[in-house]
Amino acid sequence: MRLELQGITKRFGSLVANDGIDLTFEPGQIHALLGENGAGKSTMMNVLYGLYQPDAGQIVVDGQPRTFAGPGDAMAAGIGMVHQHFMLIPVFTVAENVVLGHEPVVGGSLIDLAEARRRVKAISDRFGFAVDPDALVEDLPVGVQQRVEIIKALSRDAQVLILDEPTAVLTPQETDELIGIMRQLKDAGTSIVFITHKLREVRAVADTISVIRRGKVVGTASPESSEVELASLMVGRSVSLAVEKPAAEPGEATFQVRDLTVLDVHGNAVVDGVSFDVHRGEILAIAGVQGNGQTELTETILGLDTPTAGQLLLDGVDLGGKKVHEVIEAGVGFVPEDRSSDGLIASFSIAENLILDMHRSAPFARAGSLSPARVAENAAHRVDEFDIRVRSVQDAVSTLSGGNQQKVVLAREMSRPLRLFVASQPTRGLDVGSIEFVHKRIVAERDNGTPVVIVSTELDEVLALADRIAVMYRGKIIGIVEGGQTADRDVLGLMMAGVPLEQAREQAAGHHTALAAADAVAQAEEGAGPAPTTDEEGTA
Amino acid sequence: MSTMTAPDKPESLVPEPTTLVQAKVRWHGPVTAIVLAVLSLVFFGLLTAAGATTTFRVATGGDAIKIDDIVVPSRLTASILSVGALVIAVLALLRSRRRRPVPAWMWVVYGVLIFLALLVWVMAGNDNALPLTLLLTNALGLSVPLVFGALAGLLCERSGVINIAIEGQLLAGAFLAVVVASVTGNAYVGLIAAPLAGALVGACLALFAVRYWVDQIIVGVVLNVLVIGLTNYLFSTVLTANPQTLNSPPRLPTIAVPLLADIPVVGPVLFAHPLTVYLMYIAVAVLQVMVFRSRWGLRMRSVGEHPKAADTVGIKVNRTRVRSTILGSAIAGLGGAALVSAGLAFTKELTSGKGYIALAAMILGRWSPTGALAASLFFGLADALRRVLNNLGSPIPSDILAMLPYLATIFAVAGLVGRVRPPAAEGVPYKK
Repeated sequence: MRLELQGITKRFGSLVANDGIDLTFEPGQIHALLGENGAGKSTMMNVLYGLYQPDAGQIVVDGQPRTFAGPGDAMAAGIGMVHQHFMLIPVFTVAENVVLGHEPVVGGSLIDLAEARRRVKAISDRFGFAVDPDALVEDLPVGVQQRVEIIKALSRDAQVLILDEPTAVLTPQETDELIGIMRQLKDAGTSIVFITHKLREVRAVADTISVIRRGKVVGTASPESSEVELASLMVGRSVSLAVEKPAAEPGEATFQVRDLTVLDVHGNAVVDGVSFDVHRGEILAIAGVQGNGQTELTETILGLDTPTAGQLLLDGVDLGGKKVHEVIEAGVGFVPEDRSSDGLIASFSIAENLILDMHRSAPFARAGSLSPARVAENAAHRVDEFDIRVRSVQDAVSTLSGGNQQKVVLAREMSRPLRLFVASQPTRGLDVGSIEFVHKRIVAERDNGTPVVIVSTELDEVLALADRIAVMYRGKIIGIVEGGQTADRDVLGLMMAGVPLEQAREQAAGHHTALAAADAVAQAEEGAGPAPTTDEEGTA
Repeated sequence: MSTMTAPDKPESLVPEPTTLVQAKVRWHGPVTAIVLAVLSLVFFGLLTAAGATTTFRVATGGDAIKIDDIVVPSRLTASILSVGALVIAVLALLRSRRRRPVPAWMWVVYGVLIFLALLVWVMAGNDNALPLTLLLTNALGLSVPLVFGALAGLLCERSGVINIAIEGQLLAGAFLAVVVASVTGNAYVGLIAAPLAGALVGACLALFAVRYWVDQIIVGVVLNVLVIGLTNYLFSTVLTANPQTLNSPPRLPTIAVPLLADIPVVGPVLFAHPLTVYLMYIAVAVLQVMVFRSRWGLRMRSVGEHPKAADTVGIKVNRTRVRSTILGSAIAGLGGAALVSAGLAFTKELTSGKGYIALAAMILGRWSPTGALAASLFFGLADALRRVLNNLGSPIPSDILAMLPYLATIFAVAGLVGRVRPPAAEGVPYKK
C-alpha cells in the first residue's frame, strides 16, 4: 500500500505543529521519521491515524484521497499504529486487548474468546512472538506489551505500521529484537513508519529517512549518512554529539551509600541493599530500565522516602531519615525526573520557582515575609547565567518550553554551594541544544569538585557523561563499570536486563546486537574515509 | 559445530529468571478472620451464661411442612459455630501461605457461621424465639434497593463516571413510582415510570460530567441535594394537598413462584416476593454475564480503564459513557420503586442515605454484580436484624449492631479483603 501525505497542516491555536507536510511511504519499506522532541512527528502521525483532523492537506491511499474521521477509518484503510505510550488496557488479557473494537461474537453479543485466542496465536506464531493470549497485559514486560500492540495492529490487517518512538522504553536487547521484528514485517510486505529521535537506530534499520524540524520536512537522507550529518539536519545547525569533558580528577569519596534498602507501601524492597561511593569531581551514572528502583533511590537521598536499612553518608553524616529541608541545607542539589510535577510549580512565576527551596531565610525572606525585590534580582541573575529565554521573570513558569523549564530547575539547584548533586533524567524530552547546555553545566559542576549522581535510562546519555556507570536492576546494583571509551553498550544492555557483569561480558563477546554491528561498520568506514567533519555530501 | 542448520529462533540473550517472582502473601484477610473467630469464640461462646438456651423459629404461617422451634444450648452452640469459623479461617491462612486464592465460598461459610454465633449469643436466655425465616425474608427485601443502587453505581463507574447521585436517583425513582402508581391505581405502571426518573437524573450527571468536565463528585452531590429539595417541595405542596389521588399508591402484589415457594425456609425467603425482587435476580445474573463476557461489557470497561486506548480502536468514549450512565441511573430509579413496593406513601427524604450505602456495597462488591448482591445482602441482613431485635430486645443496643456492617465496610475497603481496585479512569473526563 502506498500512502501519501499532501500538504498536511495542523495548528493548535497559534502554534503550527505541522506546516505543509508532504511525504510518501512506499510499500515494503522502513521509512524513518527523524526529528527532535516537539518537531511535530507525533502530531503528524495522529493526523494520519485519524485522532486529529488536519486544517489543510489530504491523505492519499493508493491514489485515492481519504479523510479519516477517527482511528476506526484509518484502521479500515490498513493503517496500524503502535503508540509511544501503549494503548493497552492493563487489566484485560492479551486476547481481549487484541480484539477490542472488532470483537468476534457468538450468540449475538458474547465474545468468542476461542476465536480471539486463535487470532492472537496465529500472528504470534507467524512472527515467533511467543505471547500468551490469556496473560494479563499488566503482568507482561514492556517489550512483550509492545508485541501485543503489533499483534493488535496486524490482526486488523494493517499494511502500514506506524511505530511512534518504539524504543524509548526498551532495553538495548529488546530494541534489537524489535529491529528483528521490523525486518521480518518488512519482508512480509508491511510498510513501516519508524518515528524516532535516536540516530543510531535509524541508521541501523531505515531504508529511507525523512527529517522533520519545526513542523516541516526539511530533507531526506540515506541510511549511510553519518550521525553528525543526521543530527545537524535534525537540529538545523552543526552540533557536537560528544560531550566535551576533560578526564575526571576524582578526589575523596565524600558520598557513600551503604546497604541502602527502601520498602514501598506494600513492603516490597524497591531499593535492595544498594552500596556505592561517589568521589568529589566524579560523575556516577545510574543506568537501567525505568522502574528498577532509580526513582526511589534518588528520592530517598533527598529525604522524600525513609530508608528501612542502610546509610547515606555525606561527608560522614548520615542523611537517612532527615527531612527534605535538612538534606537541602546539607548541600544536596536535586533535579527530579519529572520537572513539571516535582521540579516546578507550574502556576508560580519563574522568579518564585527560582527560590523554591530558599524561601525560608535571608536574603529572600525576612521576619516571615518575602522580599519581592530580592527575588526578582536573583531571578534576573540566574536567567542571565543559565541563558533561560524568558519574556519576563514574572511570567508563570509553565509558559516556558521544556528546555527552559529544565534550566530553571538547574539554575535553582546549582545556585547554592553544593556538596552533592543528584539529577534524575536531566535531559528527558529536551531538544539537542538544551541537552548540550545541560550536559555542559553538569560537567562544570563536576569540575568544581562536587560528587555528581546522574540517573538516566538513555544509554547514550550515560555513556556521554559518566565517569563510572552503575546499573540498577530490580532495586539492586547489578554491577559498576568504568565509563568512557571502555564501556561496552552490549554489556550494559545485558546488565540492564539483569545479567551479572561477568556473564554479560561473556555473552556480549559472543553475540553483538544489530545496533552494535551497524556501529562497527560505520566506525570501519569512518576510519577508512576522510575525517568526518569535512564530509558534507549526501544531505539535502 | 553445525554450519548448515540455522536455529529456529534466535537465542535470547536474556536468561530466564532463576527464581519466579512471587506474589506477596496476603496475610491481612485470613489473620483478621482468625482474630474475629477467636473473639467470637470468647464473647459469643465461652462468656455466655451456662445453661442459657436460644430458640429459633423457622416456621411461617402457611408452610406445607410444619417445623418446630429449634432450641439449642447457647454456650455450646455458639462455641461450636465459632470453632467452625476458626477452622475455615486457618484453612484460608494456609491457602494464602501457599499463594493460592481463597475461594469465595469459604468466606461465605465463615460469615454465616460467625453470624449464627452472633444470633445465638444475642438471643441467649431470651424468652422469645428468633424468627429466622422472617429475618431472612426481610433482609432480602431490604437489600433490593441497595442491589439496584449498587448495580447502577458499577455500570457508571465501570465506564468511568463516578455516580454519587445514586441517592438522588433512588429518591426520584421512588417519588415518580409513588405518584404514577397513585394516579393510575396500578403499581406496575409506577414500576415502569421509576426508571425514567432515575434516567433523567443520570442524564444531568452525564451532561455535566462528560460534556462539561465538571468534577463528578460535586455534580453528584449537587444532584442529590437538588432531588431532595425538589421532592421535598413537591411533597409539601402538591402531594400534601392531594394525598388521596397523588400519594396513596397500591401495593406491588406478592408473586409466589409455584412449587418453589412451598419449600420450607428457602421458599418464603426467596420465592414469595413482589416483582421487583425477581427483576433484581434477573438484573444481577444478566449484568454479571454482560459486563464480563459481552462485547458491550468489554467496551464499557475499556472506556473506564483507558479511554484513549478505547478511542484508538474506534470506540466512541463519550457516547459509551453517556449511555452507561443513563442506563445505570435508570436501574437506580428501579431501586427507588423497589423501596416503595410495599405501597408506602412518599415522605420527605424517604431514601435516608440508602444511595450512599449502595455505593459502599458497590465498592465492597468490587464493582461486580454478584459482589454487589452479596454486599447488599450483608447490609440488608444487618438492617433486618436491627429491626427484629428492636422488638425482641437484646443485650446490646440494636443500633450499635446495625453500625457494625459499615464499620466492617471501612476496613474492607481499606484493603483487608485484598486489593480493591476501582476502574483506572473513573472520575477523569476524557479530553482528546
